[in-house]
Amino acid sequence: MTSPATNVASNVAAGCAAPDQSAPLPSSVDLAKETVITGIVRNADAEVVGGAYVRLLDGSGEFTAEVVSSPEGVFRFFAAPGSWTVRALSRHGNGELAVDATRGVNEVTLNVATV
Amino acid sequence: MSRDTALVSAEWAEQNLETPGLVFVEVDEDTTAYDGGHIPGAIKLDWKKDLQDPVRRDFVNQEQFEALLSERGISNDDTVILYGGNNNWFAAYAYWYFKLYGHEQVRLIDGGRKKWELDARPYSKDVPVRAKTSYTAKAPNLEIRAFRDEVVQAIGVKNLVDVRSPDEFAGRLLAPAHLPQEQSQRGGHIPTAISVPWSKAANEDGTFKSDEELAKIYGEAGLDGSKDTIAYCRIGERSSHTWFVLKEILGHENVKNYDGSWTEYGSLIGVPIALGDEPGKA
Repeated sequence: MTSPATNVASNVAAGCAAPDQSAPLPSSVDLAKETVITGIVRNADAEVVGGAYVRLLDGSGEFTAEVVSSPEGVFRFFAAPGSWTVRALSRHGNGELAVDATRGVNEVTLNVATV
Repeated sequence: MSRDTALVSAEWAEQNLETPGLVFVEVDEDTTAYDGGHIPGAIKLDWKKDLQDPVRRDFVNQEQFEALLSERGISNDDTVILYGGNNNWFAAYAYWYFKLYGHEQVRLIDGGRKKWELDARPYSKDVPVRAKTSYTAKAPNLEIRAFRDEVVQAIGVKNLVDVRSPDEFAGRLLAPAHLPQEQSQRGGHIPTAISVPWSKAANEDGTFKSDEELAKIYGEAGLDGSKDTIAYCRIGERSSHTWFVLKEILGHENVKNYDGSWTEYGSLIGVPIALGDEPGKA
C-alpha cells in the first residue's frame, strides 16, 4: 500500500542512466536536507568491487532503487531518514547491510562474499 | 507469444555468439557501459541518439528506423537479440520498436547485462563492423502503441497499469531528483489505473519471474483479463518492460504501451488526475 514518502529515491530510482557513482557530490546537493547513503563494496579480501549491482530496499524490504558500483566500488543513494537495507549482488558474491540513515552523509562498507 | 519465442537465457546467448543469422544488440540510454565492455560481437544502439527523433518529440519513424538498421548492418532476416542495463528497460523499449516496425525475429536476453555480469560471463571491447544492409520496415503497428486520446477514453473502461514507483503513482514524487528536465506539470496518476511497479515482475538478478508468479502478481493487483490493457510509466521505458511481460511472456491479446506516459499525460490541460495510493474513480 503506502510506501514511505522518500523525497527521492536514488540515482536510478525510476528512470534512466545512473550518474557516475564515484563523482564528488554535486554542489547543488544540500546536505542539511538530503539523506545520502554512500559506501564502498568490498570482497572477502577487502578489495573494492566495481560493477556490483547495489539496491536500496525500504523498511518493508521493497525495492526502491538500484545502481552499479563504480570501478572504485563506490555507490550512492539519495534516500530519506529511516531504516533501509542496502544489498549488493556481484560476480564475487552477495551481501547486505541494514542502515539507519539520518540526514547528511551516511557512509557504510558493504561486504560481499560467496556463500 | 510466450517466453519461448520472446526470451533467451544468458547461457543460450553465450553458446550462440557465433551462430550465423543472430545479431546481438546492446541498448541503453547511457552507452558508456557498452564502451567499457559488452557481449562479444554485440553492436550498440543509443536509445536517445539513435532511437529518438532529434527534433520532434517522438521516436524514429519508419524511414529513420530503416536507415538506422541498414547502416548498422541488420537485415530483415536476422534474429535480433537485445539486452541492456537497468534491468533491460531500454532493451525492452527497443524490442517494442522492433515489433512496432514489424521485425519478425527478436528476443530479449533474460536478465540483460546484470545477469551476464553476475554469471561472470565474458566481455569484449571490440566493436564489430557489419556490412550495410537494405532494411525494410513495415508501417507502424499501432495495435501496440497507445496515444493520449485513447488513454483518456480508457479511463474506467480498459485496464490501465501504472508501473512507476508507489510514490510517483501517489503524486508524492514527479520523477527522480536527478532528472529535472523530464518532469510533468502535475503529479498523480490516471484515474482507475492500478499500481504495479515494474520491479514486481523481475527477480533481483534482473530475470523475469515465472509465468505463474507473473500471472498472480497482475491478477491480485486487479488486472481484468477480459479487457484490453494500456501500460504507462513516466517516459515509456519501464512500461515497455511491463508491456513485454503482459504481451510477450503471458500472451495477453491486446496490450499497448503508452510511450507518452506521465510526462505527456501529466502536462495535458483538462484531463482527470487521481492523487494518493488508490486507483480512484472514473
